[in-house]
Amino acid sequence: MTAAADTSTQTAETRASWALTLPALMLFVGVLVIPLLMTVMLSFHDWGQYKGIEPVFILKNWQEIASDPYYAEMFWRTFRIALLATLITAVLGAPEAYILNRMSGRWKGIFLLLILGPLLISVVARTLGWALLFGGNNGLVNKLLMSLGLIRAPLPFMFTETGMVVALAHVMMPFMVLSVWAALQRVDPQIENAAMSLGAGAFTIIRRIILPQIMPGVLSGAIIVFSLSASAFATPAIIGGRRLKVAATLAYDEFLNTLNWPLGAAVAVLLLLALVLIVVGSNALIERRYAEVFR
Amino acid sequence: MRTNGPLALTFHALFVVFMLAPIVVVCLVAFTPEGFLSLPVNGFSLRWFRTIASYPEFVHAFWVSLGLGMVSSFVALLFAVPAALAIARYRFRGRDVLAALFLSPLMIPHVVLGIAFLRFFTSLGLGGTFAALLIAHVIVVFPFALRLTLAAATGMDRSVEMAAVSLGAGGFTLFRRVTLPLILPGVISGWALAFIQSFDDLTMTVFLAAPGTETLPVRMFLYIQDNIDPLVTSVSASVIAITMTALILLDRFYGLDRVLAGKGDPGR
Amino acid sequence: MAFLELDGVGKQFGSQTVVDDFSLAVERGEFISFLGPSGCGKTTTLQMIAGFLEPSRGAIRLEGRDLTKVHPAKRGLGIVFQSYALFPHMTAAENVAFGLEMRNVKRNERAKRVGAALAMVGLKGFEERYPRRMSGGQQQRVALARALVIQPSVLLLDEPLSNLDAKLREEMQIELRQIQRTIGTTTILVTHDQNEAMSLSDRIVVMSQGRIEQIGTPQQTYERPASAFVSQFLGKTNDFAANVDRTAQPARLVAGSWHAPAPVGVTDTVTISLRPERISFADSGLAAKIVTRIFQGNHWLFQCETECGPAIVIRQNDGSPQPGEGEAVRLDWRVEDMSLRASGGAA
Repeated sequence: MTAAADTSTQTAETRASWALTLPALMLFVGVLVIPLLMTVMLSFHDWGQYKGIEPVFILKNWQEIASDPYYAEMFWRTFRIALLATLITAVLGAPEAYILNRMSGRWKGIFLLLILGPLLISVVARTLGWALLFGGNNGLVNKLLMSLGLIRAPLPFMFTETGMVVALAHVMMPFMVLSVWAALQRVDPQIENAAMSLGAGAFTIIRRIILPQIMPGVLSGAIIVFSLSASAFATPAIIGGRRLKVAATLAYDEFLNTLNWPLGAAVAVLLLLALVLIVVGSNALIERRYAEVFR
Repeated sequence: MRTNGPLALTFHALFVVFMLAPIVVVCLVAFTPEGFLSLPVNGFSLRWFRTIASYPEFVHAFWVSLGLGMVSSFVALLFAVPAALAIARYRFRGRDVLAALFLSPLMIPHVVLGIAFLRFFTSLGLGGTFAALLIAHVIVVFPFALRLTLAAATGMDRSVEMAAVSLGAGGFTLFRRVTLPLILPGVISGWALAFIQSFDDLTMTVFLAAPGTETLPVRMFLYIQDNIDPLVTSVSASVIAITMTALILLDRFYGLDRVLAGKGDPGR
Repeated sequence: MAFLELDGVGKQFGSQTVVDDFSLAVERGEFISFLGPSGCGKTTTLQMIAGFLEPSRGAIRLEGRDLTKVHPAKRGLGIVFQSYALFPHMTAAENVAFGLEMRNVKRNERAKRVGAALAMVGLKGFEERYPRRMSGGQQQRVALARALVIQPSVLLLDEPLSNLDAKLREEMQIELRQIQRTIGTTTILVTHDQNEAMSLSDRIVVMSQGRIEQIGTPQQTYERPASAFVSQFLGKTNDFAANVDRTAQPARLVAGSWHAPAPVGVTDTVTISLRPERISFADSGLAAKIVTRIFQGNHWLFQCETECGPAIVIRQNDGSPQPGEGEAVRLDWRVEDMSLRASGGAA
């Protein structure tokens, strides 16, 4: 093929691809990019109880968030809850994925469906389940813990951070199992036999051979779980109640109860920025750490 | 491959109990014959399922959710299929940026999306309308429709298309007779997954819904905010039943692990 | 007493018998191949020796000691897997060192032995490479070094060359044979490639459907296949139906127009099995017509239609003129080049 013909196919391909993607691109610019920019603008507008939103450019909302310790405490709580939920999903989800992967075909399919299926069930319904399990002093969880002799007096779960962490860990668990599962699929099925033939015992195989190989899966699962937990709304709203606020529920309050939209927008934009920084940053770290080995 | 030991199986059993407990509890309480929240120890009753019928706002919300989910995932496919074909087969400038943009609704917290759409549609005078909800849902479910279609289009044997071209097919005929049937399983699964996402979404929709356009999750959430009674459990149990049916169909049709692979995982 | 002994070993998965009554005695330093098509049970047998599968029946003994009771981690066998199963998160040197670490070999000693093992497989200077950055051939060498550095009593090779391209595979075959000769480790190779088995092994175990068809040296299995399966599997073969004419004096073995004095003890009808390169064109013999003639560089390949059915003939390309397509010819062969089987055993 000559150089000229080569260029002309390329232009034809470029033209075809733009024609195919243009409708979706226009949709996204019109209904996603512009609204997001408007929200960023909104966070710089002024607001008053009686005057409503004033389209001016001031830093009032950002200053309020920076100076009022209420916001610092709320963001700290948001990330603390997300981090704990992430830890729980990693510590429980990674071993479970490993156990699932060792099951024989039919059982593997059934349990995969049971464990990943909840991902598609309404978050409201799942959180409602935890509200029922926690419910008050004679909730099922407390009854179980007391009958097992693990605790003497009932623990408060509703309207506490403990309850939020447990329910969030449950809601996010499928993402972690899925991510570790995907990493396990890339592990050579003979590798455990290879390690065993060289004299390694069961514990050594898990620590020296399996864990290092699924670590990228655990970490990318952790990033997903963390960012979804930090921006979760339904679970903190139902379990946390009206007093224990996280970023998402606070923004919701500002928009639909207080009606201070500019302040709510500032909280939301800050959450978005923090998450983008954390996700992009940790992705870059993981890529650098594993570039040598897994590229 | 080695098998799991007793310790591993115990852990597995506890894990499964943990994953299923809240869902099972909701479904059990829904069958209580009592007037208050309790497990159905004195026999099963359908009274709370019958009660749903006398709450028209739940019934209406269900129809809104159903219509919204079906239409928004279909509209999303109309945009996603051509885009997926272009991204799957051509290397053009801006391809990676476009793919990232189209998958970005997965990365942006739904709270932020809800706020952005609320601001946007209110300033257009469309606040609280079904049209606003529909457009917002198209954006939110787009990544799911795109990803499964993309997987099907990437995995497709291009030489089949070339064979069709050599036999004289071209343009839309080629798409309708050869390409579409080949990527159809991916497209249908993409539609189903998009539908479930739309049907379940609360966080974004709660900002946009107004009385009359409330979806079922929004209606349930607002109800729970006030009080929790067996009625909301019977509604939840119905939603769970619908989702499980869709899930089993999806698993039979396409394989659940393939559908879910990479879900909520924007990087790849 | 043999070094490694398999005594009536069998493996059952549910109702399916994968390996049946497998008995073999391996001498110290021998190179044995398990040869057969996929699903013949050769890999299952290897996995039972390695300890990844437990035999349903029979015993496996190493120097008289029952191996089936020993945990795979304690058997001290070196294994090279088809996929190599290298540890992707460890460098070449770390991979090779792993087995020594498990044996608590001191750091200095370890470094020395790892260096020597990598040098032996020609990978000096690749110590710090990760497997993903190595070619298939290099990965294969690391896997071999990893298996040999622990000085295994038996080296097990599970289709180790099947992922390499043809040229590299030939080089590796020669190298593998040299290394094995040098260090003298008893070796068992599982393969479906008859050339590989023949060029590497002292003895070949030909398997089919879980059973041993023949155990013998490469020459024996090729020249004197014990069954139709063996003769078919080890290269091309021609089968002609023949019978004994007792009316002639002395009795004659007849196949079409070809005949020879009947060997002693041959019954009425037999199958003559013949390698294509042992047939020559002659003035008398089996009448045939050449259907196609294919030039293959160092030899010619003829597909013929004979009185006794289709046949393949291979002639060395020695520069002499060869018959063309459509030509009528006569096929002849020496009596000692054919092997006879009772009819019914024909493929």
